[in-house]
Amino acid sequence: MRKTCLDSVFKLAKTNKKIIFIGSDLGPGTLEEMRNQMPDRFFMEGISEQHIIGMSAGLALSGFIPYVNTIAPFLTRRCYEQILVDVCLQNLPVRLIGNGGGVVYAPLGPTHLAMEDIAILRVLPNMTILAPCDAVEMELIMNETVTWPGPLYIRLAKGGDEIITNKSEVRKIGKGVEIKPIGKHNFISTGVMTQLTLDAHKILLDDYDINVGIIHLHTISPLDRDLISKTLTEAENIITVEEHYRTGGLGTSILEFCNDNHPEHSHKISRIGIPDEFPKNYGSQQQLIEGWGITAISLSKLMLAKIKNESVS
Amino acid sequence: MDKRSKELRKLVLSAFKSDRRGHIGPTFSLIEILRVLFDSFLKFNPEKPIWKDRDRLILSKGHGCLALYAILADYGFFDKSELEKFCKYDSILGGHPEYGKVPGIEASTGALGHGLAIGVGIALAAKINKKAYRTVVITGDGELNEGSVWESAMSASMHKLSNLIVVVDKNNLQSYGLTRDVIDMGSLKSKWEAFGFEVFEIDGHDIQALEKILSNLPHTGSKPITIICNTIKGKGFDFAEGNANWHHKSYMDDELLNKMSKLLE
Repeated sequence: MRKTCLDSVFKLAKTNKKIIFIGSDLGPGTLEEMRNQMPDRFFMEGISEQHIIGMSAGLALSGFIPYVNTIAPFLTRRCYEQILVDVCLQNLPVRLIGNGGGVVYAPLGPTHLAMEDIAILRVLPNMTILAPCDAVEMELIMNETVTWPGPLYIRLAKGGDEIITNKSEVRKIGKGVEIKPIGKHNFISTGVMTQLTLDAHKILLDDYDINVGIIHLHTISPLDRDLISKTLTEAENIITVEEHYRTGGLGTSILEFCNDNHPEHSHKISRIGIPDEFPKNYGSQQQLIEGWGITAISLSKLMLAKIKNESVS
Repeated sequence: MDKRSKELRKLVLSAFKSDRRGHIGPTFSLIEILRVLFDSFLKFNPEKPIWKDRDRLILSKGHGCLALYAILADYGFFDKSELEKFCKYDSILGGHPEYGKVPGIEASTGALGHGLAIGVGIALAAKINKKAYRTVVITGDGELNEGSVWESAMSASMHKLSNLIVVVDKNNLQSYGLTRDVIDMGSLKSKWEAFGFEVFEIDGHDIQALEKILSNLPHTGSKPITIICNTIKGKGFDFAEGNANWHHKSYMDDELLNKMSKLLE
């Protein structure tokens, strides 16, 4: 997914001379071809995230479209004020590409995890947040990023993620996707958690003959209000699933929307995500997520409990 | 102090009379720097504030914005009557300047340590586009406490941004007191030189000295430039000069404002 994303920047830069790539201190050889072919539009600025965001704002003020890439926690937390003041307040077309959204860097420990990135960026006016589920969707979405008018955060997963998107599909920023048609019981997910909801869908269908809907939101902010409204009003049960703290992310966003627009439906929603704690373990992304009880089996069990109107946490 | 410097200070006072608050010291140390930049150096057109070939000026020490508002109003970027609405609910002129609201303001500043990074981006854009415009970033000396300034300094030097000029308004005071007592930064000249800049140091209230330095730029043609301007915080008002208590006032009564006006007669 990361390679597809960065390759897309290079591809788009070939036809749009406003596109610039800026990295901090990425791995050797990153976008080397772009560096060789477009040395005046490729910059490796060093470990200086505050500066990089401000410099990107300056380039954007001058008509360029900077795509900025580094590890998600450093791209969001270290330079949060620069994102707010330089980019969002001035509403500039800076694209932030965060490697390792969620707990991709599990073995490296809490310093390298981005479990709150959606929450802290979602509250910034003008910011748009994208979390594609696979490399195919990433490429489709990247094509849409060039002309998007304001700031963008693109949350990358680990890479090598199961492909569930067809190249012929259409992706528009701000428009969710009914991976499985909206039904009585539905999952709403983002990023690679959508693959997990598909697994849960299969368990529920094969073992219990229950056909659940799946709404995939590659765009977390702004929410697809029409699709969420439709889901809230038509469904009996909704479970949101995200690789992010339960606080402040996708689920919270949908609860807020529900409370503002459909308060009578709030009881339908349960939120699945990372509990309010720092991880106690290392291992792999999958181990951490499973350690928090986020599995296809647990999702299907939770949905069954909701359907039976049992008390769920 | 000559007539023009006094007139610009009077414009600032007209704004103070509105909201009766503001950053007094950091505004008045800046007047001569801005005056010479606008009168003798920057290329701009108040009728076309976003003219693409204009020189860019970023006031990184955004709290000194009244000095910039005064000179922009003086040049007709907006009507001088706007100054009398300073900080009012429906004013375009807030306590820190905002891009997109005020003609002539190139970037929203106020959070310190941001302006140089933006200036590097703008200067780099000029280089990529082979444009001749220059970018001037004005920082405070207290602002140089921010590590982000030095991240950007390294970048400016690496990119050989000789079209970038950093002007340090070195008034030796920050909010809490003397800059050397808050955090002693040692020789600013040595620091900027170590970061790859060509550095000059002058009296920031000396019109001729400022004009001379600016008229001879660029020098090396490959290094970014820093002009350290030794200034007096609160310049022009003896009771405020060099006094940290006048960094910001949240209320200025008629007696004080009249006293300040008399000093400009």
